Amino acid sequence: MPFSAQPPASGERYALSASLDNARHLSSLLRAVHFQDHATCLATASGLRVTVEDAKCIQANAFIQAEIFQEFSVQEESVMFRISLSVLLDCLTIFGTSSLPGTSTALRLCYRGYGYPLMLFLEEGGVVTVCKINTQEPEELLDFDFCSTKVVNKIILQSEGLREAFAELDMTSEVLQITMSPDKPYFRLSTFGNAGSAHLDYPRDSDLMEAFHCNQTQTNRYKISLLKPSTKALALSCKVSIRTDAQGFLSLQYMIRNEDGQICFVEYYCCPDENITEAEL
Amino acid sequence: MKCVIAGGNVKVLGRAVHSLSRIGDELYLEPTESGLSLRAVNSSRSAFAAFLFAPLFFQLYEPGSAGPDTELFRCKVHMKSFLGVFRSLPSLEKSVGKCLILLKPRASRLVLQLHCKHGVTKTHNLAFQECERLQAVFDTQRCVSRLCAPARLLAEAVVHFPPTLAEVTLGTGTSGRISLRNYVEDDAEPSKTMVTELWLAEDEFQSVAVAPGSHITFCLKEFRGLLSFAEASNLPLTIHFDKPGRPVIFTLDDTVLEVHLVLATLSDLDSSSQCPSTNGVSHLPAPPDDFGDDLESYMAAMETSEGCSEGPPSPTFPLRTPQPAKSKPQQQEEEEEEEEEEEEEGAVPGTPPHKKFRSLFFGSVMTPGRPGPATTQEVLAEDSDGES
Repeated sequence: MPFSAQPPASGERYALSASLDNARHLSSLLRAVHFQDHATCLATASGLRVTVEDAKCIQANAFIQAEIFQEFSVQEESVMFRISLSVLLDCLTIFGTSSLPGTSTALRLCYRGYGYPLMLFLEEGGVVTVCKINTQEPEELLDFDFCSTKVVNKIILQSEGLREAFAELDMTSEVLQITMSPDKPYFRLSTFGNAGSAHLDYPRDSDLMEAFHCNQTQTNRYKISLLKPSTKALALSCKVSIRTDAQGFLSLQYMIRNEDGQICFVEYYCCPDENITEAEL
Repeated sequence: MKCVIAGGNVKVLGRAVHSLSRIGDELYLEPTESGLSLRAVNSSRSAFAAFLFAPLFFQLYEPGSAGPDTELFRCKVHMKSFLGVFRSLPSLEKSVGKCLILLKPRASRLVLQLHCKHGVTKTHNLAFQECERLQAVFDTQRCVSRLCAPARLLAEAVVHFPPTLAEVTLGTGTSGRISLRNYVEDDAEPSKTMVTELWLAEDEFQSVAVAPGSHITFCLKEFRGLLSFAEASNLPLTIHFDKPGRPVIFTLDDTVLEVHLVLATLSDLDSSSQCPSTNGVSHLPAPPDDFGDDLESYMAAMETSEGCSEGPPSPTFPLRTPQPAKSKPQQQEEEEEEEEEEEEEGAVPGTPPHKKFRSLFFGSVMTPGRPGPATTQEVLAEDSDGES
């Protein structure tokens, strides 16, 4: 396969081609879902979706809509491939991760199609780096079948109220228990660790609470090790929506504002943990 | 017991817990009529710290009721668990408005509830263990020398010593000058050691009432915890000390807070500690050879023995080395305990390792109002290395 050090001419047909003036718009979002080595990328006319899964219980999606890119074109209806997210991130941040004001890495992304590697052209300060990352057959993704009509409880919180709590979660606890209720304690995060139990309560009238729609008292437990990576997404976000459905599936949606003020989303889906026996309260 | 701490005092409590965490692995809570006492002791019983928060420190203070036969409930918790609640001091200051401490004996839980801004409540339910009263036997009145200095002075002095330095010697020189010098072991190689000594003039202290030419050596690491608390609280620190081997007592006094840190000091080579029978405690029943971990039973044995009325009690434990004439004042560090055990090849099995810092006295239950501990029986609490 020919290897060219120059970006392809605009006449060439690529299944996916995109350019971005500031690669950080992409790399920071990908970091928020980087808890496994591999990710599945799906490109459609609306934008790019990068999915990471673990243990068949948790799925994280980073959405970078087409409007974020300076150029974004997908030739077919959709393009999908599996790629090493670790390598992709290393390449995107090849000029370093510190963000000096005024400097940014420009990115051009090209993908010829099934079986071809993903080409990245990165430029900063006149220096160009070309990366070629092999792609793999995409694997079947989990479908949590989570839609807004099935939501039982939903709250929207300002992220600043949760950030510290998530960073300080008692990791000696196997689970993170989430209680959502129209009555007290309204919204409660609980851990049961070696030191004892800890509960974090957010009242419905807290000024951190942007929206509170809880219809039924639900208490669900999730493996804390699976949810802990979502702390990265929380740290980047300004708002988070927490929703559960009748089966206790959890949806966390993070609204992230990038350096240019554009809005992107990251979401995490998690299955409730059935194996944990009745935990003490 | 139920108490509520409000506003800036939450951070003070947090700092106290951080200070205590430098001493021991367990935090002892003792509500009394005169306030809530938080205490810690290190595993070799050579350091003891107590923070007494007066009722005025709290927005609400209910120590609970003691019956005619029962005392006020006290307990101990894992230091790490308690510290976890107050881990981030900046965030305590920024977001916590109130802290509630509730002891629920029947549920076996100590409840710590932080009321934070935005209406958020953090509740921690910690497991606790009932315990005996933890009290080191010491009496500041019996100390010959006393120094009082702003914490800042000592903090600035101590900064000259490397952070890893274990022991420091405080000395009183001529014309009221006070010296601080890093302690160097006798068997240290002269070519590889660095000695740092600094002298402070008498007028830098708030008060100096010392016996000239005296000196004491104590563990700097354990002192640093209290020093940072004192500096942050802007309180003057008082140092009470006596002969080498007798404990040094650091105190902080405030209208709502009383802090004591008692550290064992190194005995002098020339002291009478070589001959166990002549250190003034000859009639003290020697601990049995199979002393082991059972501190409680040892203390019970002490309670039944006659009180000592002969002179001030010495905190030195009768030496039990194979060669009593060769008593080297080696440094006792928790980390070096394994090293020492290897050196003690000829030691009697079951003998506690040769400790450089003698253990402090630990009294059994003491009720307030009793005469000074010095005039009652002596209790030696020697820690066995087998204690888990």
